[in-house]
Amino acid sequence: MEFFIISMLNGVSYGLLLFMLSSGLTLIFSMMGVLNFAHASFYMVGAYIGYSVSQLVGFWPALVVAPLVVGLLGALFERLTLRKVHKFGHVPELLVTFGLSYIVLELVQLIWGRTAVEFPPADVLRGPAFTLVHHANDSLEFVLGVAAQGVCSAERVVCTPFPATRAFMMLVALLMLVALWLLLTRTRIGLVIQASLTHPEMVESLGHNVPRVLMLVFGAGTGLAGLAGVIGGSTFVTEPNMAATVGSVIFVVVVVGGMGSLSGAFLASLLIGVLQTFAVGLDHSFISVAQQMGLQLSEAALNNSVLKLTLSQVAPILPYLFLVLILIFRPKGLLGTREG
Amino acid sequence: MKQYYEFKPLNVGRWLVWSLFALVLLVAPLVFSSNLSVTMLTQMGIAIIACLSYNILLGQGGMLSFGHAVYTGLGSYLAIHALNWVSGGGWPIPVSLIPLVGGLAGLFFAVLFGYVTTKKAGTPFAMITLGMAELVFAMSLMFSEFFGGEAGVSGNRVVGEPFMGISFGPPVQVYYLIAVYTFVCVALMFAFTRTPLGRILNAVRDNPERVEFIGYNTQKVRYLAFMIAGFFAGIAGGLGAINFEIVTAEVVGAARSGGYLLFTFLGGATFFFGPIIGGVLMVLAAVLLSELTKAWLLYLGLVFLFMVMYAPGGIASLIMMNLRVASFGRLREVWVAYLALGVTALVVLLGAGSMVEMIYHLKLDAAMGDELRYLGMTLHPSQVSSWFGAVFVTLTGLGIFELARRQFLQQWSAIQTDIEKEIKRRETQ
Amino acid sequence: MSTVTNAPAAPHDPSMSHVHAGGYALELRDLRKSFGKTEIIRGVQLAVRPGERVAIIGPNGAGKSTLFNLISGRFEPSSGEVILNGTRIDGKKPFEINRLGLSRSFQITNIFPKLSVFENLRCGVLWSLGYKYTLFRFLADLRDANDRAEELMKMIRLDKKRDTLAMNLTYAEQRALEIGITIAGGANVILLDEPTAGMSKSETSRFIDLIREVTVGKTLLTVEHDMGVVFGLADKIAVVVYGEVIAFDTPEAVRANPKVQEAYLGSVLADQQAAEAGH
Repeated sequence: MEFFIISMLNGVSYGLLLFMLSSGLTLIFSMMGVLNFAHASFYMVGAYIGYSVSQLVGFWPALVVAPLVVGLLGALFERLTLRKVHKFGHVPELLVTFGLSYIVLELVQLIWGRTAVEFPPADVLRGPAFTLVHHANDSLEFVLGVAAQGVCSAERVVCTPFPATRAFMMLVALLMLVALWLLLTRTRIGLVIQASLTHPEMVESLGHNVPRVLMLVFGAGTGLAGLAGVIGGSTFVTEPNMAATVGSVIFVVVVVGGMGSLSGAFLASLLIGVLQTFAVGLDHSFISVAQQMGLQLSEAALNNSVLKLTLSQVAPILPYLFLVLILIFRPKGLLGTREG
Repeated sequence: MKQYYEFKPLNVGRWLVWSLFALVLLVAPLVFSSNLSVTMLTQMGIAIIACLSYNILLGQGGMLSFGHAVYTGLGSYLAIHALNWVSGGGWPIPVSLIPLVGGLAGLFFAVLFGYVTTKKAGTPFAMITLGMAELVFAMSLMFSEFFGGEAGVSGNRVVGEPFMGISFGPPVQVYYLIAVYTFVCVALMFAFTRTPLGRILNAVRDNPERVEFIGYNTQKVRYLAFMIAGFFAGIAGGLGAINFEIVTAEVVGAARSGGYLLFTFLGGATFFFGPIIGGVLMVLAAVLLSELTKAWLLYLGLVFLFMVMYAPGGIASLIMMNLRVASFGRLREVWVAYLALGVTALVVLLGAGSMVEMIYHLKLDAAMGDELRYLGMTLHPSQVSSWFGAVFVTLTGLGIFELARRQFLQQWSAIQTDIEKEIKRRETQ
Repeated sequence: MSTVTNAPAAPHDPSMSHVHAGGYALELRDLRKSFGKTEIIRGVQLAVRPGERVAIIGPNGAGKSTLFNLISGRFEPSSGEVILNGTRIDGKKPFEINRLGLSRSFQITNIFPKLSVFENLRCGVLWSLGYKYTLFRFLADLRDANDRAEELMKMIRLDKKRDTLAMNLTYAEQRALEIGITIAGGANVILLDEPTAGMSKSETSRFIDLIREVTVGKTLLTVEHDMGVVFGLADKIAVVVYGEVIAFDTPEAVRANPKVQEAYLGSVLADQQAAEAGH
């Protein structure tokens, strides 16, 4: 039971992290038609800058400073490079961000080294947010923070903590989601952005500075990635490989959700986050399930490497399998509106 | 107005170019005869086929794929399994036909994956190829019987009785096998560009919607092109398996796919021979440049970025632009400007390069002392003097480069206008 | 729903004796299209005879281009039928419709920019000559395709620009090429979407002559705004207002039609009459 609850929460928090990343990606894509291949690289830069800043002044300042710096870098990149290739079309724009991802990876490794760095979260976030105590009499108790002394080491009592960092991740992601929604629908700049989506020339002739709006959007999108980086880097691991591992998943999220659809990205992020988290935690394979059901398997079947695979081993490819299924059965994506 | 030189359909010109190509393939290992050179030439042949197959998608079809290594890689895997099968006596085919097994494997997987992949175009297509590539790579770590796990799959190409003294043991013999395949594949892929399907593929690149209105199913055209590209990619993979006699999971990895994209684009995706240049550069960079400096990936990324911004047609387009100017007899006017440009660019690169190298040295090799050998000079990364010198050289170089660039641009534009006027004049005659 | 159709001629009319009910080149039956909640095309009925030249006119936003998109398969109708030479084509993909004999041009020039004029036209003829997805023959050897492309080039008067890349042509030349590609496949029902858009007066009149020449014997539907073109080129005019066809008749009849005058031509004619009366 605890497994289900905790896994669900873990899955949702991971999904929300994916959404933090894929929302920025979707915004940039919707606004500018550019698929930012280097989006995960900005995520990584956010984590590393967060690490360095937190080493100097602590975690909370890092949480504010790192996204701003990353957003600034993103806006700078848009101004200097992306804008120049805009006239060549969407493929060169994608290629430019592709080249950037190489460069960022090399620079990060150059500045911070090729191995993982210790990026600890703030002190207040180090313990569990809450603990589920499964008592000997099979009742489930919900305890805020750490369980009382000695409770967990008692006989037949199983304690499952839920890390505060994860809870914090969910909180930040939800706050960000609300802020984004409010920004787009309630503020003037949000309206300008929405209008620039479909009628950039019209908006420009009305006196708004569309190139500046685009630069802002790109900066905001990458800033969001940077924020996700600080949180992800402190919760999981901060290493040069982090861009690659999460990068391809967010592209899958965006395609599965429907390119250009924020709500689709939200749905897809949660689905994939929960799916993968559950899969990683399940050590069942085809064989083990069959044996549990009492089926007799032949020698050959027992040795078959495919059947021997546990769900946790298959977990890494689940997002991509999901992608293939969506493409076959619902090519527009879950909530897709715009044909890419 | 396009700025490229046009090859008039002279049969003489065609025959000359192809004979020259065959000659170069034949003679190269005799000129560059060291072991390292022959290995590199062999790898270049493989890379040429791989990049040309990639360009069927990118340059000819307008399809940006981030997962081409899936097809070269799976071709390698099936080829090496076939090789082992032959070695084990199970299949009596000559080693020289093993690459065809790779080709058929590439074709098979392109048929399998291509249907889903080509359902979309443009950016979604690119993302799907990325997802597929990750899928295959992740699977390679799971199914260790086929993929050989961490150690990969090894094979032995020296199998059976030598035929007329050819056992494929010595590297030179492998080179000639690959050279033959390279020549044939390049010829076939070139022929493809001259068939109806090849031309309609170009039309799909230019205007996919219009193609539907001249009677063609755009998705089917893309799917067929995907299959053809997969076939030739598989051949390249099969040749790779024979050459290295080992296949590991990196052959289907993202780095390799990225490499195909990068170098095909660098060589030039808009001309047929661009990827040939790209393939050669790919091997030079991977083998030589990586030895020369630890910062090679950074340099590569920067060069690629500049290419996309300032020369999106790649090196091939630069060559063709200059050929056109030469054909109008105006090239010698710009040679001084080119010289100035080249020298100042070199200065800037040397300065910037020295700074990059010093940073890398500080970060990675600091334990090795404070001396850095850079192009015959000795730099001291921890001393301000070296830094001062590097910054000074770079900045002055940049300043003079900018002046040279403006001068060059002025001259170049004037020449282009003249050429365009001349072309218009010839048209109305 | 409007039910204005082309009334069949009297039975004793010898010129119409070969036409039996249903022998239409293109027929639209209660065609409707909604985008979300907005119904753009609201029950269009139209029947065009083979060889007729129909001009489709109407105020901006009336749905003329949408109608073309529905016919040519770019959009799928919400309901209703589109019948081409007796075969239903609504819901079919554009390439299927094209293979059944319907071809169209576009309001915004839609050619193959990086191919030469000759290549553009040759691409247009390949499928109709049966060459499909061939990769075992060289283009240079396809005598009939090459000859037909040459022929088309001469027809649209771009033979001097054979090897020029399409993106380097002038605007009018590109429009001519657009027409060339449209007729290349030999379709017998041609849809031209604002073919003279953006052209000067002299270019327009030359272009109309070209259109007339190259569409001899074919059924032609054009969306047009230029009244001079309409009255000069068309056998029949269909007036589309707010997604409905309010009149479909000869130019003179349409001019005199009070509904049309009210909805569309009205103010223009009234001004004209007032100006004339003033002298």
